[in-house]
Amino acid sequence: MVSSVPKDSQSVSELKEFYRQMVLIRKFEEAAAKAYSVGKIGGFLHLYIGQEAVGVGAIASLTPKDYIVSTYRDHGHALARGLNPKPLMAELFGKATGISKGNGGSMHFFDRNAHFMGGHGIVGGHISLAAGIAFASKYKKEDSVTICFFGEGAANIGSFHEGLNLAAIWKLPVVFICENNHYAMGTPEYRALAVKDVSVRAYAYDMARDHIEGDEVRKVRDHVQVAVERARRGEGPTLIEVSTYRFRGHSMSDPAKYRTKEELDAYKKKDPLMRARHELELGGIKEEELDKMDLEIQTQIDEAYEYAETSPEPPLSQLHKYVYAEDK
Amino acid sequence: MAILTYREALNRAMVEEMEKDPLIYLMGEEVGHYQGAYKVSQGMLTKFGEERVIDTPISENGFAGIGVGSAMVGLRPIIEFMTWNFSLVAIDQIINSAAKINYMSGGQFPMPIVFRGAGGVGGRLGAQHSQAFESWYAHCPGLKVVCPATPKDAYGLLKSSIRDNNPTIFIESEVLYGSKGEVPEQEYTIPLGLGEIKRKGTDITLVTWSRALVFAEEAAAILEKEGISVEIVDLRSLRPLDENLIYESVKKTNRAVVVEEGWPVAGFGAQIAYLIQKNAFAYLDHPVERVTQLDVPMSYAANLERMSLPNATRVADTIREMLQ
Repeated sequence: MVSSVPKDSQSVSELKEFYRQMVLIRKFEEAAAKAYSVGKIGGFLHLYIGQEAVGVGAIASLTPKDYIVSTYRDHGHALARGLNPKPLMAELFGKATGISKGNGGSMHFFDRNAHFMGGHGIVGGHISLAAGIAFASKYKKEDSVTICFFGEGAANIGSFHEGLNLAAIWKLPVVFICENNHYAMGTPEYRALAVKDVSVRAYAYDMARDHIEGDEVRKVRDHVQVAVERARRGEGPTLIEVSTYRFRGHSMSDPAKYRTKEELDAYKKKDPLMRARHELELGGIKEEELDKMDLEIQTQIDEAYEYAETSPEPPLSQLHKYVYAEDK
Repeated sequence: MAILTYREALNRAMVEEMEKDPLIYLMGEEVGHYQGAYKVSQGMLTKFGEERVIDTPISENGFAGIGVGSAMVGLRPIIEFMTWNFSLVAIDQIINSAAKINYMSGGQFPMPIVFRGAGGVGGRLGAQHSQAFESWYAHCPGLKVVCPATPKDAYGLLKSSIRDNNPTIFIESEVLYGSKGEVPEQEYTIPLGLGEIKRKGTDITLVTWSRALVFAEEAAAILEKEGISVEIVDLRSLRPLDENLIYESVKKTNRAVVVEEGWPVAGFGAQIAYLIQKNAFAYLDHPVERVTQLDVPMSYAANLERMSLPNATRVADTIREMLQ
């Protein structure tokens, strides 16, 4: 592991915050997996474990006025945006206190105030929505930037190409972040992508591109930051491919038998949390302090779990509510 | 009262609304420089500029998504599909995004978007350009579906659709764009979900919408000469649906026929027939009948197209049989 040692106290505290967020995501999802296995969470549950550095690093480059559009693997992005784990866990449990009042579930976290514009369940469908949000920023002459996460599987769907083309011709302030975890459900990238490097597709749209490894959180932040600033200056979109890996299957129902244990073990050695922890130690943070932090986060997650479990289900009267918005 | 064509009425509605609200924009293929494939957006580029009358490349899925995303953050897009046949490549955005985001976010994102454009069958356009899709969209909760038949209705309903905070499927009749009718000069709106009795009668209720109103009116005129009095209910919007207007009419006439341009299987007429038998059964002297396009893709051949389309003769024949 090549480690970049944080050089000053500011970068140490910054990395500490990134580490905290990544541990929060990891522990949140471990708790969610547990709840799923005992039937407290239904439906699909797509875990982000292993990919935490991508969401945390990318979202760290944003300001509160910027927008995030996510996929069905949205827990990590929501927590990185700073959303409270309690309503997020409650959403997984289908409770009235959930971030989408229980109507969304794992794949559909939304928080209007936080400019968290949803987890979306149709692969790639949200890419043009992100372009639309960026379109609105440009239309209203606001300097907000939208970032849109998707997997390499989405890069093969028409929505990807249409969204990128429209964003490019109109120079929309959007950053497309392809989290390439090398498997679209069970289909490895070599069976799905004619050209393996998704980021080179940017050339087809005369768009800026970047390609980075996703295990080093500050590196992700630095690279995404460049694209965000480019977008904010009005110079148009960027396609960034971040190479990453999910340690679990596509969803909780997938035992991921399509990949070898050796491959998984090799990637686990590049665990972004381990890396950040190691770098923090090199930066002078004591192991005890990090253990204490882990423990505090575990307590926070336990509280979120308890909150979700004890929250009421939505009232039955909610069934027909929200199908249509109230009149203007 | 001014005489306007259906397309002029639509144009006037959009122009007036856009003059009032800078958050409204029009987007689609050829809406700007070309002045609209069917000239509905004639003159709008000059009036509002390229920032608000926006030409797109051919990419319905993409620009439908742009519309939905922009509506999530407060814009009020009017998305034109050159024809509804092309909306099928955008149907994911319409149904999985536009219709559901408010619901699945627990009410956080109203969706003030209008998808509009040319629909309906006929004109020898062949199988891929001659289809009536309102039943498809009316199937989905979260969408509103509007199908005006006259210039007056087109104007008032489009204004309401633009002002609505929900995704509206506004299907214009391609065949009726040039049709003329009286449109009040004073500004007005027609609430979505309010049908209208287009013709009063006592013997049978004819339920219809969009261009099928023309067949209905022709049939009513033919039958009038035979002493049969037809009442025509123009629904104008399928979602929300003016159910009571249908029942009130059926209670009076005791018979009903649904006339629509779409296919019969799982068509919206089937829903209306169900509703009538469920809610006005005691008043029925005859099973509810339907006159639809025949259950085949559209042929290009003139005689086969004629045979496939619903028309006044078929409507009149159906009614005569019901009254025997």
